[in-house]
Amino acid sequence: MREQGERHTPRLSEGTNRDFGGEHGDAVSTGSTETRASGRPLLTVDHVRIGYVVDGRLNVAVGDVSFEIWPGEKIMLLGPSGCGKSTLLKAVAGFIEPVGGHISIEGHDLIQPGPDRAVVFQEFDQLFPWRTVADNVAYPLRVTGKEKNEAEATARRFIEMMGLSHAAERYPHQLSGGMKQRVAIARALALEPLMLLMDEPFGSLDAQTRTRLQKELNDIADRTSVTILFVTHSIQEALLLGHRVVVLGQPPSEVEEIVDVRNVKDPDTEEFIEVRRRLRELLAGEGEDVDHAIFE
Amino acid sequence: MQSSSEVDTSSAAPETSGARKAASGSRWSSLPTVVRRSILLVAIVLLWQLYVTLSGVSPLLFSSPLDIAEAFWEGWTSGDLVGATLVTLRILGLGMLIGMLVAAVLTTLATWTRIGEDVLVLLTSMLNPLPAIAILPLAILWFGLSPSALVFVIANAVTWPIAINVSTGFRTVNPTILMVGRNLGLRGFKLVKDVLMPAALPHTISGLKTGWAFGWRTIIAAELVFGVAGGGGGLGFFINDARYFLRIPEVFAGLVTIALIGIALDAVFTWIERRTVIKWGMKSGT
Repeated sequence: MREQGERHTPRLSEGTNRDFGGEHGDAVSTGSTETRASGRPLLTVDHVRIGYVVDGRLNVAVGDVSFEIWPGEKIMLLGPSGCGKSTLLKAVAGFIEPVGGHISIEGHDLIQPGPDRAVVFQEFDQLFPWRTVADNVAYPLRVTGKEKNEAEATARRFIEMMGLSHAAERYPHQLSGGMKQRVAIARALALEPLMLLMDEPFGSLDAQTRTRLQKELNDIADRTSVTILFVTHSIQEALLLGHRVVVLGQPPSEVEEIVDVRNVKDPDTEEFIEVRRRLRELLAGEGEDVDHAIFE
Repeated sequence: MQSSSEVDTSSAAPETSGARKAASGSRWSSLPTVVRRSILLVAIVLLWQLYVTLSGVSPLLFSSPLDIAEAFWEGWTSGDLVGATLVTLRILGLGMLIGMLVAAVLTTLATWTRIGEDVLVLLTSMLNPLPAIAILPLAILWFGLSPSALVFVIANAVTWPIAINVSTGFRTVNPTILMVGRNLGLRGFKLVKDVLMPAALPHTISGLKTGWAFGWRTIIAAELVFGVAGGGGGLGFFINDARYFLRIPEVFAGLVTIALIGIALDAVFTWIERRTVIKWGMKSGT
């Protein structure tokens, strides 16, 4: 039940987080009101502030960020390097505790990491090297309470979905980078999580493999209507995969703008070029070398 | 063994051996390793036999391979060498067991607490460089002329390399893998058992390997100094005893036994590594 926005023209949401100061709730709701009608958001990030203590001093990476994710949405976190987008994702995953604000999933405040928010990391070595591909996907299902046979059958299904059946009995070190990331995605999807958290999963891949995996992810997301929070520094990736793009600024970062890109998928249209220009401006305003670092 | 499918990513190794190949004539290097080593071994033994036969060196100084083989055979059939080997291995096994337990406790403390880590690092940096045999006089003072003194020395020899390796293994576990484990909701012992321990296995195995090698050298040395203990003497005693009564071939037979056991235990570790960390690509094969 993936809600599609009704709009046919791309729309840049004017609301930025800092305009809403201390207010709760609707900080970023200028976007798609249609989807809001059906129940509550899956994930609420509410005035979240995250920092690290370095040499006894609090180093704030994420200043004040609020956004919501609705069921079936694909939200892209886009921002310059060092803006804390990965940090934010790790906070949603439960690995880091924010120093301020709330993160809640289906209305419950997050405390611990859990398989309801399956994470796909950028690093290739996120697979257990001592388990085969089949085992890497089945093991998480076993520890989250599935019977052996059921876990294996589910694992087989998702391995097949990612086109890896031929490699099911291989060990991770016998796979290419792209295959490893496919296994990681299969493992995360097989858990049938509330949402998928993806931390630049294609960031270490070569351009061709990256493009192919982006397409595959799009197909699978359409088929499974899985909710995704996806961290990227690439405008192209954000446009291709996202429903909405949350643009973060320099650290301590705030939400610069939330851009709806749901209907901006055809690179030849005026709208696409317009939205892309807007995203580039937003990032360029943040001092990144757009031509080299961000737009590929 | 399915080694051919295991090594398809280690493309670097064949290149270096290829370079070596080119340097030293291709016919020799095209032979299998076992054949090459066997030929060399036979050649060395032949030269040795030839030297002893032709030079007329005193048999009290240097035995011929044939005499050694005879003494070796007799030692094993009569049970003298078997008994000595078992005594040595029993003390070594006990010492290693105690060392491993102490190492496990220290590693656990070092992984969980900062002060535990500091204690381990301090103790290791003090005691690891100390040749374990050097504390034998103290051990005799504390435990008397009993196998306990030997066990104590061995335990001390193996504890430190094992503890430092295993705790390094735990501390250097790839943080991503750890996050994956936590993401699955794993905590406490389950996280240690299913993620930390397998991830630290390469370090654990190399710690055990180093520990065993230290222990093995130490026990032979200790037995040479210590002599007979309790019911019977070990291999070191066997050698010393044979020297005392000028049964030189037996001295060599004891040495051969020590070398063979060393080779056998190395082979066991290699076998374990092939089936685990090399198969998983966590350590490159040789």
